[in-house]
Amino acid sequence: MSDTDLQNEAIKVDTEKGNFSYPENYEFDAGVGLTEDTVKYISDVKKEDDWVREFRLKALEIFKKKPMPTNWATKDLETIDFDKIRYYLSKGQQPSRTWDEVPDDVKETFERLGIPEQERKFLAGVEAQFDSEAAYSRMKEDLEKEGVIFVGSSEGLQKYPEIFRPYFGKVIPASDNKFAALNSATFSGGSFIYVPKGVKLKQPLQAYFRINAENFGQFERTLIIADEGAELTYMEGCTAPKFETSTLHSAVVELVALKGAKIQYITVQNWSDNVFNLVTKRGMADEDAEVKWIDCNIGSRLTMKYPGVVLKGQRARGEVLSIALANDGQHQDTGAKMMHLADNTTSNIISKSISIGKGQSTYRGQVHMPKHLKNCKNNTECDALLINTNSRTDTYPAITTRGQHNTVQHEASVSKVSAEQIFYMMQRGLSEAEAMSLAVNGFVNDLMKAFPMEYSVELKRLIDMEMEGSVG
Amino acid sequence: MTTTLEQPAQTTSQEPAWLAERRASGLEQFKNLPMPTAKDEKWRFASVGRLSIDNYNPAEAPGIDKLSVLDKRSSLVSERAGRSVYVDDTQAAFEGISEELAAKGVIYLPIDEAVEKHPGLMEKYFLKESTELGSKKFFGLHAASTRAGAILYVPKGVTIEAPFVNYYWTSGDRSAVFPHTLIVAEDNAYVSVVDVFFSEGDQNEALNVAVANIHAGAGANVFRKVVQDWNDKTVSFQLDTTVAERDAQVKNVAVNIGAERARYEAQTRIEGPGADVKMYSLTVAEENQEFDQRTYQIHNAPNAVSDLLYKNALLDSSRTIFSGLIKVAEGAQQTDAYQTNRNLLLDPSADANSMPGLEILANDVKCSHGATSGNVDEEELFYMMSRGIPKRAAMQLMVFGFFEEVIEKVASDELAENLRALIHKKFDAKLSQPT
Repeated sequence: MSDTDLQNEAIKVDTEKGNFSYPENYEFDAGVGLTEDTVKYISDVKKEDDWVREFRLKALEIFKKKPMPTNWATKDLETIDFDKIRYYLSKGQQPSRTWDEVPDDVKETFERLGIPEQERKFLAGVEAQFDSEAAYSRMKEDLEKEGVIFVGSSEGLQKYPEIFRPYFGKVIPASDNKFAALNSATFSGGSFIYVPKGVKLKQPLQAYFRINAENFGQFERTLIIADEGAELTYMEGCTAPKFETSTLHSAVVELVALKGAKIQYITVQNWSDNVFNLVTKRGMADEDAEVKWIDCNIGSRLTMKYPGVVLKGQRARGEVLSIALANDGQHQDTGAKMMHLADNTTSNIISKSISIGKGQSTYRGQVHMPKHLKNCKNNTECDALLINTNSRTDTYPAITTRGQHNTVQHEASVSKVSAEQIFYMMQRGLSEAEAMSLAVNGFVNDLMKAFPMEYSVELKRLIDMEMEGSVG
Repeated sequence: MTTTLEQPAQTTSQEPAWLAERRASGLEQFKNLPMPTAKDEKWRFASVGRLSIDNYNPAEAPGIDKLSVLDKRSSLVSERAGRSVYVDDTQAAFEGISEELAAKGVIYLPIDEAVEKHPGLMEKYFLKESTELGSKKFFGLHAASTRAGAILYVPKGVTIEAPFVNYYWTSGDRSAVFPHTLIVAEDNAYVSVVDVFFSEGDQNEALNVAVANIHAGAGANVFRKVVQDWNDKTVSFQLDTTVAERDAQVKNVAVNIGAERARYEAQTRIEGPGADVKMYSLTVAEENQEFDQRTYQIHNAPNAVSDLLYKNALLDSSRTIFSGLIKVAEGAQQTDAYQTNRNLLLDPSADANSMPGLEILANDVKCSHGATSGNVDEEELFYMMSRGIPKRAAMQLMVFGFFEEVIEKVASDELAENLRALIHKKFDAKLSQPT
């Protein structure tokens, strides 16, 4: 085996864990392709109010008009055939409050992925989505008493319109981009969370997203509102089995952190390598509020995701920490956006990427400090690790600065695993594959430290497991 | 489009077929390619709405008095190996090379003479290389229209210490000029060139579409300096390319002061291992000036070095855009490439945009980029004031300190002094106002 092959072996990511599926028997199926009827069908099934139906239909118009982002995006986007996708599939279940009520195949799916086990261990609440709809949703009772709401977005729309509606589609309007419009027209599933004034959740809330059906598009919609002084951590995980044909995941996630609130949103996704993962995520931070995105992208064929924070109030703070691993045949096109709109706002972006074989990782960023702002700061660091001689990485930040006493700094570097390091570790008895695996872990290690402890352990285990799977 | 630039001035001499063809296809390119729009990624952040090339006419020849006056004012560098002066694309002076250099095979000629006397050389290099940075349309216009400019050819192993200095002036109103500099340095040759862009006065509105091509052969050393101080009614395009072969060393230092809006595209292609290319720029912007800088460091060969430093100081409502890309091709291992953009904002209305980019397709490389934007450091200012330096003087010191890193790189006391004087002329009044 050549050095290159060995290196390839060493860090080949294993997506096998999620690679299983169950026979498809759905009660509701909007069919293949996207028309007004598809949208109306979804709205009917969900018994939505007129304003939601109109919101969807208007978004469909925008989707049809908007061009694909082709002037800079990868050509691979053009292979998506919107007429061959199924936009809504559900078993017609209401989200169960107890694990026993969950349909057996769905239950088994999540048990294989370890969801209830995690809940018992350290979660404050969990929601599990199977294709289009939430299958299971539960939250600790004491939190319910404090007024915390954690339900699927459909349930949120029905039961809490007075909280939901004022913020829905405000952080990310349907016209934001073609895929935000697509989601706005066809959204289903996702989470709605409201944390009342001053309530600080000590344990994280978690959602799990699972694509089971072939040729399917998952369009979950999440809205999280942290009222004044509230704090929460939300974690999401995603998997899909490997199908011959591609699958589309196009979520919209809106975060609203009111005065002094803190939201931390953690994503670990391990999609199989035929999923197009085109997601719009943005948070709004009011005065003294903080929005922090922690984003780990491991699988998928193409990920395009640039979590952003609109720093709307004085002293607001935004942060994006991200890790991307692009294996052969994958493109992780990720990054961050920081829009400074008030004085004394600060933001921080740290991005680490690893490219293996012909895998391509791209950082695309935007930092914007418009007119007459004072004392704003941004710091951006991008580090890329290239494993093979023909691995590829790109960095395209865009920084606009105006105003007084604002400072922006951006730094990026590209490196490879040091041959000396590998040699040293092999001398101490590690195989080349293990050494490589250790080096890659070392590269992301300082970022992992920024994660909440429980999650950092889980993520490390996930990376380790995937690395180990290919050793020997 | 109502511009008369689509009918470029006819040349007096009969041009060879290859050149007529290049000019014709350039004109086609200019006519057929659309004007850039706000959606064009290569023009991101540029105020393309303010970009109008309508209503300019190919420059008319100025009177003999004007030529002689501006010839005398072309005195930025006293010691030189050759000197040319163009006013509105008309030759005002062309000081050729010494017999000694001529005997070594050095060629320094105006475009038309070079085409006539050295057709092989010109066919190989003239109007062959264009940047890939968004201005193909304007390169086409240049190719169709350029007649003014100096061709410099330095044969193998010839070293020329004194620089060649080319002055390009505008004086006519609503006139367009197309200055062209071609530098071909054969293997192990050494040469330096200064290109100077000036306006006769403050009033004439002009369009400049300049191109410079540098070809540095194996082991050649080319040092080029650019001084741009158009008046603030000028719209300027400068589309420069460099090709560096094995072990070539190329250094380009540009000082940009003038123009209402200036687009500067600088592309470097490294085609041989061991090459070392430096790209330095200093821009001082005021009022409503817009400087749009696009750079491209292409590494097609392994073991090569490139370094870029672009510094911008912004006053008033001025804008700068820096978009730079380092591209390391597959197989270009052991590349060592850097890129830095620093913006000093001296007014709350100033607007600095920075897009430092990397595209890396090889793994064993050292590549990094950095960008910073900020104001004068308050602590440093306070320190100086606490040592008895008045605030205005302290500000001046800090701003000129910021400039000095690039000015020093011209490596000529005389030129550096003249550049400082030009910058002082522009900024002294501004900086001495209370802030």
